[in-house]
Amino acid sequence: MSATFLELSAVSKRFSPRLSLGERIAAALGGDVETRTVHAVDGVSLTIKAGEALGLVGESGCGKTTLGRIAAGSMAPSEGIVRLDGVPVIGPGPHPRKLTTRIQTVFQDPFASLDPRMRIGDIIAEGPIAHGLVSKDAAAALVGEWLGRVGLDPSFASRYPHMFSGGQRQRVAIARALAMKPDILVCDEPVASLDVSIQAQIVNLFLQLRRELGLTMLFISHDLGVVRHICDRVAIMYLGRIVEIGAAEAIYGDPRHPYTRALLDSVPKLVIEDGTNVVFKPIQGELPSPLSPPRGCHFHPRCPIAMDRCRGEIPALKASGTQSAACHLAPT
Amino acid sequence: MTAPLLAVEGLTTEFATKAGILRAVNGVSFEVARGEVMGLVGESGSGKTVTGFSILGLIDPPGRVTGGSVRLDGQELVGLPGGAMRAIRGKRIAMVFQDPAMTLNPVLSIGTQMGLAIRAHANMSEAKARQHMAAVLTRVGIPDAARRLDAFPHQFSGGMRQRVAIAMALLHAPDLIIADEPTTALDVSIQAQILAEVKSLVAETGMAMIWISHDLATVSSLAHRIAVMYAGRIVEQGPAVAVLRQPRHRYTSGLLASLPSRAQPGAELVQIPGAPPSLTALPPGCAFAPRCPRADRACETLPAMTREGQRVHACHHPVEAGEAA
Amino acid sequence: MTLPPALVAFWDDFRANRVALGALILGAVIIAGAVLAPVIAPQNTYDIASLNLMDARRPPGFVGSSGYVHYLGTDAQGRDVLSAIMFGLRISIQMGLMAGAIALTLGATLGVAAAYFGGRTEMLIMRIIDLQLSFPAILLALVLSALLGQGKTQLVTALVTAQYAYFARTAHGAASAERNKDYIEAALSTPLGPGSVVFRHLLPNCLPPLIVVATVQIANAISLEATLSFLGVGLPVTEPSLGMLIANGFQYMMSGRYWISIYPGIALIALIISINLVGDQVRDQLNPRLKR
Repeated sequence: MSATFLELSAVSKRFSPRLSLGERIAAALGGDVETRTVHAVDGVSLTIKAGEALGLVGESGCGKTTLGRIAAGSMAPSEGIVRLDGVPVIGPGPHPRKLTTRIQTVFQDPFASLDPRMRIGDIIAEGPIAHGLVSKDAAAALVGEWLGRVGLDPSFASRYPHMFSGGQRQRVAIARALAMKPDILVCDEPVASLDVSIQAQIVNLFLQLRRELGLTMLFISHDLGVVRHICDRVAIMYLGRIVEIGAAEAIYGDPRHPYTRALLDSVPKLVIEDGTNVVFKPIQGELPSPLSPPRGCHFHPRCPIAMDRCRGEIPALKASGTQSAACHLAPT
Repeated sequence: MTAPLLAVEGLTTEFATKAGILRAVNGVSFEVARGEVMGLVGESGSGKTVTGFSILGLIDPPGRVTGGSVRLDGQELVGLPGGAMRAIRGKRIAMVFQDPAMTLNPVLSIGTQMGLAIRAHANMSEAKARQHMAAVLTRVGIPDAARRLDAFPHQFSGGMRQRVAIAMALLHAPDLIIADEPTTALDVSIQAQILAEVKSLVAETGMAMIWISHDLATVSSLAHRIAVMYAGRIVEQGPAVAVLRQPRHRYTSGLLASLPSRAQPGAELVQIPGAPPSLTALPPGCAFAPRCPRADRACETLPAMTREGQRVHACHHPVEAGEAA
Repeated sequence: MTLPPALVAFWDDFRANRVALGALILGAVIIAGAVLAPVIAPQNTYDIASLNLMDARRPPGFVGSSGYVHYLGTDAQGRDVLSAIMFGLRISIQMGLMAGAIALTLGATLGVAAAYFGGRTEMLIMRIIDLQLSFPAILLALVLSALLGQGKTQLVTALVTAQYAYFARTAHGAASAERNKDYIEAALSTPLGPGSVVFRHLLPNCLPPLIVVATVQIANAISLEATLSFLGVGLPVTEPSLGMLIANGFQYMMSGRYWISIYPGIALIALIISINLVGDQVRDQLNPRLKR
């Protein structure tokens, strides 16, 4: 079961602004037009083993969503390749098409990810019918089965998305993804837009589905607590690069990269002791713009222990025990 | 105990909708003392934001404050004419929104907007106003403030924009700031910076604050007192640490128990079943009863507010000390 | 199958606006009159045998030689004006609907295709549309009618050419917004083919704004057609639409025989206003920002 399953090799993604004629004229005349390229993902390599849940954590703009889309085969990387069981997940060419149905995605906002004009049943059955996984006659049974598995009443199949709450919609979105019988589920912030009391329900659903189906997951989130709860391994991303990756208990218990450490310190903790003086140890400074990331280690301008070497040389991921950190100063 | 700065009593705000009267705020009472941070906690639709807006007289039709009173230093604010309310809003009570775009006009420079805000309540020379603005911006941690006054909102990052919005609220050194989910849209590292800033601000200036949030952990790190809202009502309030350590209402205890940080990684989280009720079809008794594990016949009547020392809760079967939630 | 509750709620909201409801009823009456003209009109205006020149240019209320009352008077050929209006409306509405439907199909296809494919395809299509939108529709229709000559096909061609760009613009705007929503991304990542993404997901979600534009554009097509026919470049004399009826009576306006022009004019205005009012209400209801 520990065979490498999904493999991302040196994946990069650059976005160059596509300028309209008007913008090009404005730029030529000295107008304020953004012409720089964004390195959303910069040379990321990682593997996910069958049955494993890998958490991808980072702040907004760090490229985690882009990396998720590349891993899911919905977006072609500028460089590098993604393979599932050794087979590329996305075709070549300028308008590449996703080649596999074995990776499915659950999106952040269940109010946007379900077509408002389709019935729940049609939403779930559409993919399996289109790919011949189920006949049209058998589709209703499949829909009923999956609605049941995600904790919804099978009679909901004939209703429209707007009749459901956020948590119920997210269950529908999960059922839609799972009805395709995927081997890997990519989840992009699946609980971020849900209410606190509903988040726990959906987290439990993921745990239950992992147990029952042995799902392999790439779980993208900014919420360190949720990731810790669901994932076996965690990757921390900063400005397009993975700065630390490893077993969850190692990362949370003994973070090696100063960014990981600072991020963990930034998470507000529940204060339940009288007279506790809450000391915030916020990371200094702003997230740099991905348009002009700092040279060398991207984190050095905010890093409390940065030295000259960090300003010029990009640190490589160095393994130590069950975790690897990309820091010149990380203990090995 | 000295008179509180803000006393809210039986505040009720209703919205006329096609589905009937929607009571977004349903008889809410609480007090905020000077120098105190009051955490107002609840999920979306619990009425916490509408409570903030009602205090400021910012409810527009089809919404209306239909009952209760809001007193600032003894002065009644409910029913105050528009002009008198405007003299208080921004000067004695200021608001910070989740989205700084609610406060900041994208086509005016920061300095111009802050200047307008200053002149709304005070006479100040141009030079003196700029000095004051720069000082306030510096206070909320914006470097090089004097030069940044000529920048436009889009030239600031999200976190910096929120700092500017907080600075706008601070211009007239208000007695009370109502902050509605001010860090929800920000990244954790930026949120931690803002929280640290706000904490020291409150300590230094002695102003009071109502911090509205859905995030128990954030609130617990700031608030002296906490009020938990559910379906338009306050179900529990008291000193923050006491409420969070030994919740009495079963909604509060359920929320706390469902936090991933309270469970072993990978273990099933304690979950509150179901979803919050529709505000147009509230059950006659306790609104939380349909989701509550301890609900029985008694819960079909509205639980009264029970006072226990500094704490208040509205539950027929409060959580006892030592009982597992 | 029961009606989706959204539709029921939509109708309830619509009903709440008295003006829109009145406009809908007025429009329905006008359209019913036009559709049922061969059955209920006092006179078949196409039947030359039924015309009597003795009855020409008589005022409203005149009892003609055939024995029935000309409630709205008669025109220069002795035709009953009320009947002429009913038959004229048939032609006007027919032209408006045909032009509107074809322009909608063409425009929506182009607009949605531009938004879906993006890049150079989008650039090319939208620049052509922009170019065309910079000419007044009436000018374009006038030039085309003059070039193509008279006739129903020619007129519809002219109207479609003058109007499809509005649909394309709207469809492009709506589709560009929908294109970036997660449900399209979800469909593409399943993966579903471009055909089913466009026709099952993208197009149906672009329909609300298109329906609104369609109601307004049908009204515009009707008035455009009336204008062209009034100017004599629209339909041939054998197809007496409202515009032509107005033109026919125009010369008698100064001599006090107002009814020949005025009543067809009122019918035209009533029809266009009622369509516009209904369209406005539908637009308000479909605009999510105005909802609740």
